[in-house]
Amino acid sequence: MTVTLIDYRAGNLASVRKAFAFLGRQTVTTEDPDEVRRATALVLPGVGHFSTTERLATSGVRAAVEEAIARGVPFLGICVGMQWQFGGSTEAPNTAGLALFKGSCERFQTGLKVPHVGWNRIVRTSEGAESRLLRGVEDGSFVYFTHSYRAPVVAGVSAVTSYGETFAACVERGNIFGTQFHPEKSGDNGLRMLRNFCEFAEEGGAR
Amino acid sequence: MSNGSTRRIIACLDVTHGRVVKGVQFVDLIDAGDPAELARLHAESGADEIVLLDITATSDARPILIDVVRRTASQLFVPFTVGGGVRSLDDAAALFDAGADKISINSAAIKQPEIITQIAERFGSQAVVVAIDAKRRPAALTSNSSVAITAALGRQNLGEIFSGESNISAEVYLAGGRVATGRDAVAWAREAESRGAGEILLTSMDCDGTRNGFDCPLTAAVAQAVSIPVIASGGAGTPQHFVEVFEAGSADAALAASIFHFGIHDVRELKATLQQAGIPVRLPC
Repeated sequence: MTVTLIDYRAGNLASVRKAFAFLGRQTVTTEDPDEVRRATALVLPGVGHFSTTERLATSGVRAAVEEAIARGVPFLGICVGMQWQFGGSTEAPNTAGLALFKGSCERFQTGLKVPHVGWNRIVRTSEGAESRLLRGVEDGSFVYFTHSYRAPVVAGVSAVTSYGETFAACVERGNIFGTQFHPEKSGDNGLRMLRNFCEFAEEGGAR
Repeated sequence: MSNGSTRRIIACLDVTHGRVVKGVQFVDLIDAGDPAELARLHAESGADEIVLLDITATSDARPILIDVVRRTASQLFVPFTVGGGVRSLDDAAALFDAGADKISINSAAIKQPEIITQIAERFGSQAVVVAIDAKRRPAALTSNSSVAITAALGRQNLGEIFSGESNISAEVYLAGGRVATGRDAVAWAREAESRGAGEILLTSMDCDGTRNGFDCPLTAAVAQAVSIPVIASGGAGTPQHFVEVFEAGSADAALAASIFHFGIHDVRELKATLQQAGIPVRLPC
């Protein structure tokens, strides 16, 4: 199977590409809406500022992603890629997200250091008990975060993490997946999630 | 685990001409092995991150060794920082493409600080580590009182002691400790943050390689001055030194090279000691 990585000229795709290669999966990297439309599995990596996702709307990739999701193509958003699945972010109030999950992302306001950088634990919500992405990953496992904005705990959140406050670590609904942390940088636990995502896609996704 | 965050233990590989070396106070280099192999071993034994520094790239005026970075990155699935000889956005881009997650910049950041902002805007602040090699100024070295006060009062009062322009006077050095800049380390850390740095990697040149412990007062002064994470470096010799730098030094992460290389301490064993001392760490890892 080939995993299509969406390039929107923000941040660094090499680590994600390398992780899929390690798992024996091919990747293509593209910002062409037609290629996104034809994908069998879509990954939107992301670091940096929420406003960089504006490029996805103007390039036509956003519409292609929405079409692909509607067709049942498995879609994984990482970090800002997950935040984009929410309504938006106070980091860039004029940039709209996909609104697949309710609410929008806000900056940490806990008095702790921002950004939240380092390894922290994820714990499944009751909704996430049967999570496909987290299959085989124990509750309380450590994963690697680096972010200043966090998504709210709403319907569809499958795991949470605590950093002064509790926020969304993973989302999952049907063929839509997201992680606030970086599975490609989270050792064996993260590789397990990426493998789960690939296997879900290879089994034919939600269809 | 009160707020959920863990303190990080970072294994550092000082590399020259493709081999890992470790010196005492930046000289007397000893060969310690292959970077890719050592990086993998450190990650397996519980290191939270790996840093690879090409310590002679700047002094030799040559670019960093991309294929060493690529080879090291290919089997590494924890955060991987690369530094040494990064002079431009293009240098950084090549390293990211080779598999680095973060770039550490030192000399170039002092000489052309706008490079911090350029890399941060293109790759995100989380990808920019500003490395500061600092040496106490003689006045501060003889002033043992600040060290004693720190030890006596503990972490909660460090903010008062080190607020504003701190009592700690340390000078920034470049090119692997070869060139003095006249710049104050605490002030430079603040400026680096304002220009877009995501983390500060603070190395005490006085302590580096001695295995006598970190410079906790200097680390605390920098950690109080900035809101981004501070990685303490230089001087690790025992697990207790790490306890001290997380408590008295307020470090968010601690880096060590020589302590790990010859099998002196396993990272897992170090983390068990930290956990017993009440410091939150990623364990099991």
